[in-house]
Amino acid sequence: MLSGGEMIVRALEDEGVEYVFGYPGGAALHIYDALFKADSVPHILVRHEQAATHAADGYARATGKPGVVLVTSGPGATNAITGIATAYMDSIPMVVLSGQVQSHLIGEDAFQETDMIGISRPIVKHSFMVQRTEDIPAIIKKAFFIAASGRPGPVVIDIPKDLTHPEHKFEYAYPETVSLRSYQPSEKGHTGQIRKAARLLLTAKRPVIYAGGGVIQGNGAELLGTLARRLNYPVTNTLMGLGAFPGSDPQFLGMLGMHGFYEANMAMHHSDVILAVGARFDDRVTNTVGKFCPGAKIIHIDVDPASIAKIIPVDIPIVGPVDSVLRELDAQIATQLSAADRASPDIQACSDWWQQIDSWREAHGLWHGRRYGDSDLVMPQDAIKCLYDVTNGDAYVTSDVGQHQMFAAQYYKYDLPRRWINSGGLGTMGFGLPAAMGVKLAFPEMDVACVTGEGSIQMNIQELSTCSQYGLPIKIINLRNNYLGMVKQWQDMQYDGRYSESHYAASLPDFVKLAESYGHVGLEVKDKNDLEGAMKEAFSLKDRLVFVDIFIEPHEHVYPMHVAPNGAMKDMLLSKTERT
Amino acid sequence: MRRILSVLLENEPGALSRVVGLFSQRGYNIETLNVAPTEDESLSRLTVTTRGDVLKIEQVTKHLNKLVDVVKVVDLSEGAHVERDLLLVKVRAVGAQREEVKRTTDIFRGQIVDVGPSTYVIQLTGPTDKLDSFVKALGETEILEVVRSGVAGMARGEKILAP
Repeated sequence: MLSGGEMIVRALEDEGVEYVFGYPGGAALHIYDALFKADSVPHILVRHEQAATHAADGYARATGKPGVVLVTSGPGATNAITGIATAYMDSIPMVVLSGQVQSHLIGEDAFQETDMIGISRPIVKHSFMVQRTEDIPAIIKKAFFIAASGRPGPVVIDIPKDLTHPEHKFEYAYPETVSLRSYQPSEKGHTGQIRKAARLLLTAKRPVIYAGGGVIQGNGAELLGTLARRLNYPVTNTLMGLGAFPGSDPQFLGMLGMHGFYEANMAMHHSDVILAVGARFDDRVTNTVGKFCPGAKIIHIDVDPASIAKIIPVDIPIVGPVDSVLRELDAQIATQLSAADRASPDIQACSDWWQQIDSWREAHGLWHGRRYGDSDLVMPQDAIKCLYDVTNGDAYVTSDVGQHQMFAAQYYKYDLPRRWINSGGLGTMGFGLPAAMGVKLAFPEMDVACVTGEGSIQMNIQELSTCSQYGLPIKIINLRNNYLGMVKQWQDMQYDGRYSESHYAASLPDFVKLAESYGHVGLEVKDKNDLEGAMKEAFSLKDRLVFVDIFIEPHEHVYPMHVAPNGAMKDMLLSKTERT
Repeated sequence: MRRILSVLLENEPGALSRVVGLFSQRGYNIETLNVAPTEDESLSRLTVTTRGDVLKIEQVTKHLNKLVDVVKVVDLSEGAHVERDLLLVKVRAVGAQREEVKRTTDIFRGQIVDVGPSTYVIQLTGPTDKLDSFVKALGETEILEVVRSGVAGMARGEKILAP
């Protein structure tokens, strides 16, 4: 016989949960006491509930397993909201347990009462309000199943305090399986559609494979590689999809979209067949929807039927899990290539296409025309390149949101899925450091870098304390330009350089001393000649968190950049003075 | 284009708010909404009328289907169906108006379900446009209060919405 609190802890054990990220408070105290007594599920005490959700999120993105969060009612729950929304936008599996005031107080505006189910409703995949202690094991089982299956997402379980009372004990049995008549995610794509897709792909003259975060979430990266190599078709990844295809592979065109590579956006715009896999035609990708890839026929593979034809009409929709669909599609292509009435790819056209792509690359590839050398300050691109070189391209890189995020997406080549961890959909500043904590806990032997800026890092800087408590030797790469860089870039471009509330240079802390005050190491780089040495030193200190405060050229902009409004994918600014 | 969506929903707390929330969250419009438990107590049946082009309705349907509490969704307007709305209207009924209102009600096969010294409550069921016509036909009569149930509907013939 177990109490509600004990049931929660046992269920987490039975679910194989490695870490719970959380923060205690009144309504969650019975659960915290059960956690203490059982001593079976390690708990990471953050310094703010938002960080608990981001840390669980980082853990989930790196491992593919649901992240678990435990918070109290009221402010504990509302502080978690930003992190839940972040996970929801990027389809990250997460289970959030929130304490609630006692059942009989609900609706009475009790102390620390908030309607968590109501507040979180638009940003969760599903939520449960526990009404009977006996239901706890089944609800937790369902929550993990829903969070991780189909298109993953966060699930909230709100638990009134009285239902976790230590003296009220019930039988505990953790269900082995779940069956929900109203929730049956697709397990397989439609074979007829897959056959049609294979045929269309084989007749393409100017094909592009456009792969998104779904390939990573759906464990389809390897299969995508096999398929892309069989066809020798160019591949571009979305911001969320970086690592779905190896960043250093010559078949890779780089990221596409608003700050995508020139060759990727040009190839998309001029393509005749697009294979979209686990991507959702986000507005940061398409630019003006009416001008999107005018000559392209589109195949769209997605596990979520609602993603298909949401923004752009498609020619061949395939609803199903990315891995099983890609496997079947690859097999179909192999069959059609070897069949008697074999489909014959237009080898000449494809070779012309590659030539065209190579000439785009040569003309305006990423490093083309970058101005370097006139300042002693570090260029942000160089900082990322240096990080890539020093970590041998093998680190987990988390980021915050802004210019540094785009530089990290463009200049670090991610060869493996789950290595690039950022808030793509919601664009949450303050994500990077707590996410890095989750990653480091999951993979303690690996290098984990948090690329950030002095704006973002201050949104969850308190987590330096959590890193001390648990000894998390993360490397914080702070690209410091003394401005909210991306805001400044837009203000430069569209508001005649009126820096409305985007600078604060005089009030910034000494980050070196700040890091030291938490017991970490701080390094300052003010001259580009010191960059490599500092970076190497940071990564040589294996068991220390190192805050590398890099003073970068403050007026650098992120390019390429889509021309908006009314631009097509091919319409880009290539520098402060050039455009396509 | 007006559409009638019929939704089979787990009879769980919060399920209705998820459906209603979805409409406001995604910018879809709800014209009428009708919901009640079915013969199976674990299920509620909800009928919602909305407007939108084919693409929009397809999106609404897909998003409804994504809700974990939603068991099934059909667009009744895609095929032959029966739709009924219930109207109660309270009118001022004095003098010659009493007879006039009674006559109009009879023409529409409505019923006067409450007779007061100077008021009638009239009940009428039918498709939305019939109820609209009736309200119009009341003409000069002073309408004091109107309440409608919202459309409830089901497909004709063998088509069944079941889990």
